Amino acid sequence: MSPESLARMSNVAIYSSMLTLTLAMFAFAASFAGQRRRPAAAPAVEAAAREGGAAVLTRAPVATDEVPGRRAANIGMALSWLSFFLLLAGVVLRGIWAGRAPWGNMYEFSITAALGILGVFLFTNLKVDLRWLGLFVVIPVLLTLGVAVTILYTEAAQLVPALKSYWLVIHVLAAIVCAGAFTMAAATAGLSLVRDRAERKAGKGGTVTGVVASRMPDAERLRSLTNRILAFAFPLWTFTVVAGAIWAENAWGRYWGWDPKETWAFITWVVYAAYLHARSTAGWRGNRASWIALAGWAAFLMNYFGVNFLASSLHSYAGIS
Amino acid sequence: MSTPPPLSSTGFLRWAWRQLTSMKTALVLLFLLALASVPGSVLPQRGIDPIKVREWIADAPTWGPILDRFGFFDVYSSPWFSAVYLLLFLSLVGCVIPRVGVHYRAMRSTPPPAPRFLDRFAGTRELPLQGTPAEALDAARTALRSAHWRVVSGPVDQPTWVSAERGYLRETGNLVFHVSLLLVLVSIAFGGLFGWKGNVIVRQGASFSNTLTQYDAWGGGRFASAQSLPPFSFTLDEFTVDFERGVAQRGAPRAFEADVTYRASPEAPAQRAVIAVNEPLAVDGAKVFLVGHGYAPVVRITDRQGTVVFDDAVPFLPQDGNFTSTGVVKVPDASPQIGLQALFLPTAALDQTLGPHSTFPAPDDPALFMSAWKGDLGLDAGEPQSVYRLVTDKMTKIGLGQLRPGQTWTLPDGSGTVTLAGYTRWASFQIAQDPGKEIALLAVAIAIMGLTLSLFIRRRRVWVKITDRDGVTVVQLAGILRTSTVDDEDIGALADDLDLLERSLAAAGVVPEPASPEEES
Ligand code: HEM
Repeated sequence: MSPESLARMSNVAIYSSMLTLTLAMFAFAASFAGQRRRPAAAPAVEAAAREGGAAVLTRAPVATDEVPGRRAANIGMALSWLSFFLLLAGVVLRGIWAGRAPWGNMYEFSITAALGILGVFLFTNLKVDLRWLGLFVVIPVLLTLGVAVTILYTEAAQLVPALKSYWLVIHVLAAIVCAGAFTMAAATAGLSLVRDRAERKAGKGGTVTGVVASRMPDAERLRSLTNRILAFAFPLWTFTVVAGAIWAENAWGRYWGWDPKETWAFITWVVYAAYLHARSTAGWRGNRASWIALAGWAAFLMNYFGVNFLASSLHSYAGIS
Repeated sequence: MSTPPPLSSTGFLRWAWRQLTSMKTALVLLFLLALASVPGSVLPQRGIDPIKVREWIADAPTWGPILDRFGFFDVYSSPWFSAVYLLLFLSLVGCVIPRVGVHYRAMRSTPPPAPRFLDRFAGTRELPLQGTPAEALDAARTALRSAHWRVVSGPVDQPTWVSAERGYLRETGNLVFHVSLLLVLVSIAFGGLFGWKGNVIVRQGASFSNTLTQYDAWGGGRFASAQSLPPFSFTLDEFTVDFERGVAQRGAPRAFEADVTYRASPEAPAQRAVIAVNEPLAVDGAKVFLVGHGYAPVVRITDRQGTVVFDDAVPFLPQDGNFTSTGVVKVPDASPQIGLQALFLPTAALDQTLGPHSTFPAPDDPALFMSAWKGDLGLDAGEPQSVYRLVTDKMTKIGLGQLRPGQTWTLPDGSGTVTLAGYTRWASFQIAQDPGKEIALLAVAIAIMGLTLSLFIRRRRVWVKITDRDGVTVVQLAGILRTSTVDDEDIGALADDLDLLERSLAAAGVVPEPASPEEES
């Protein structure tokens, strides 16, 4: 197959993926419109018991299959899967076209990061029902892809020598999974803040209102989910940073040089460490922890976009000028 | 941080220490650390780009010096940054050391007895006893032991309860993680004190031996010295480089590598190696990294009599991505002395606004543009001079010339000729030794393992108690999570533990069969 047709196929796959994802977004939005209010479910755990360390010992109920709007959400999920495989094909074709791991410039990082976010969401959904989260994952993925194909697009080229390393493959792969997890955690943390406010407005035993809040699980459950995701992502991010340091040592002769990219990776790490501490500190594990999770995501985004555009860095491989 | 500090000095110290080692302080210090790191990514830093720092300060005459005074251009070695991380690590030590003792004792002791009443625990289960209390407790002990719980029962004379705990590895992992962080910091400091690094430019065909005088720049920690340099040497046999010629990322480097012959010590046999980006040469504890490259035009200069007074390859420093390179040739042996300020352009172009510049990094159409000077180079003044700068205070300009390889320019005042005999390449190497990095890597690896245990293992305790409820003997099952955070997943996991225990007891026939999960949901 000629390189041009590989390139064209990669682009077609990515555009198709964006199209299906847009449809998925409408489906998720429709499921919102149609979904009846969740019954003000008895919280799985009494707050007091939680603070004391003991708890009601039942698995929190998750299924809400009878609720109308499920059908639309299911369509959204199916479309998301389709879009995931199209995007996967786009990334793989791009790699074949370039003859290397498809992580040589910002365009390629971004389409792979979009794949990462979508992948983490879809695979987590196999274990925990996350259909209600669909809209809030699909939107950032679409935005990432939109920025990628419009602003960041670059023809495939070979890598500059510093990027030719298998540590690159390991480092970037881990970073992309982290991108997915951090983004999902930001979505659940943000929603927990919205829901928490609505719950407080409703008062004890009242009905939660609000377009978004009324359709979300309890704030406490959202916070739990955030915690789970970040407990998974934090060690992986630690590994990502270390793999980056090993790569830097091999390429530049020092494993840490406070380059802006390294600095923001460190800041991200410290903020998420603060999040984990906040979760174990009385008075901090509620909304404050959620805010910290959002701050961590902001630091991660800063590293991803800000540093590449604003700072002059050894890591400036954006491939755009 | 709510209680006010006591007034006596020991009381105050104890109070301060308690504050410092509290979790809330750790949280605040982590925030401060993140915040303190930010300016270093926004402002230029001396350690990375000293020239940019100088320009920045020159451009901001009011703010520049103030920021400089407070270390904003050396953020990561500034007193305030160091203060934050030292406080954080002090807090860490103060927090972790006592916990090590507590945890060590907990690991060696048995779980505490079951509480007197289990009813107050959320989710306590009550099942009618079938069989004798001893049978039920035996079944519970067996089930829990085989699932790796640490089990104790009592009272001694006539047991009525079983208390079991597991998940001790959570705290172990957490402590290992925090202690490893300390180890990482220690090994970074160790590497800083004993490590060194230097930079050197080596022309194609030239040699380098690892002594202090051969370096263009060298820096070492407090305990690194000239004696600590391993005595290796190498010759740069050949340097090859390749640039992108396609449209996308045109001119970007695609491959560059240095073929070298090296000896680990003067007596050691010569060995060949290739040094490339990402492929440093490790020799005798040090590593040789290829960090840059450029051109060295070969210049021959004759004087008025036609005697060759200079004939050498002179490394020029690239100024842009297309290797427009600047350099200086100094001829102290001519009289009067001659100096050239020159531009070497691998692919030469002349432009009204840009002047002479290069349009591609490969030597497709090389040329040397120069201004020639005569007079006193000022080399005898005793002050060290940069080899890349011509001091023209005591010199007069002879004229401007340009040369292609093989061409000769006769200086207009008849004081001699300049020939561009050709050009060669040079490569720059960073040579470094960091004795702390292996330990740091090991410590980080252990930290990640500890962290994973700490985040995924749940410390929890369960109890089985035989008790009387309105004249009926029942088996009570209860449990708690012994972690500082509790989320829905943790609660679900503890519920699973109790389910499993209930089923084991039912299998032993001491309680009724539980309802099957299908009916439950
Ligand atoms: C260098 C700075 C520090 C970093 C990067 C760090 C990181 C972490 C991380 C990632 C966790 C999560 C593991 C878990 O939840 O089990 C954790 C837990 C913990 N940290 Fe730190 N820590 C630091 C300093 C401190 C300090 C100074 C203290 C003492 C005040 C401390 C006390 C704790 C405690 C008690 C936990 C356990 C929380 C729990 O049981 O869930 N840490 N730390």
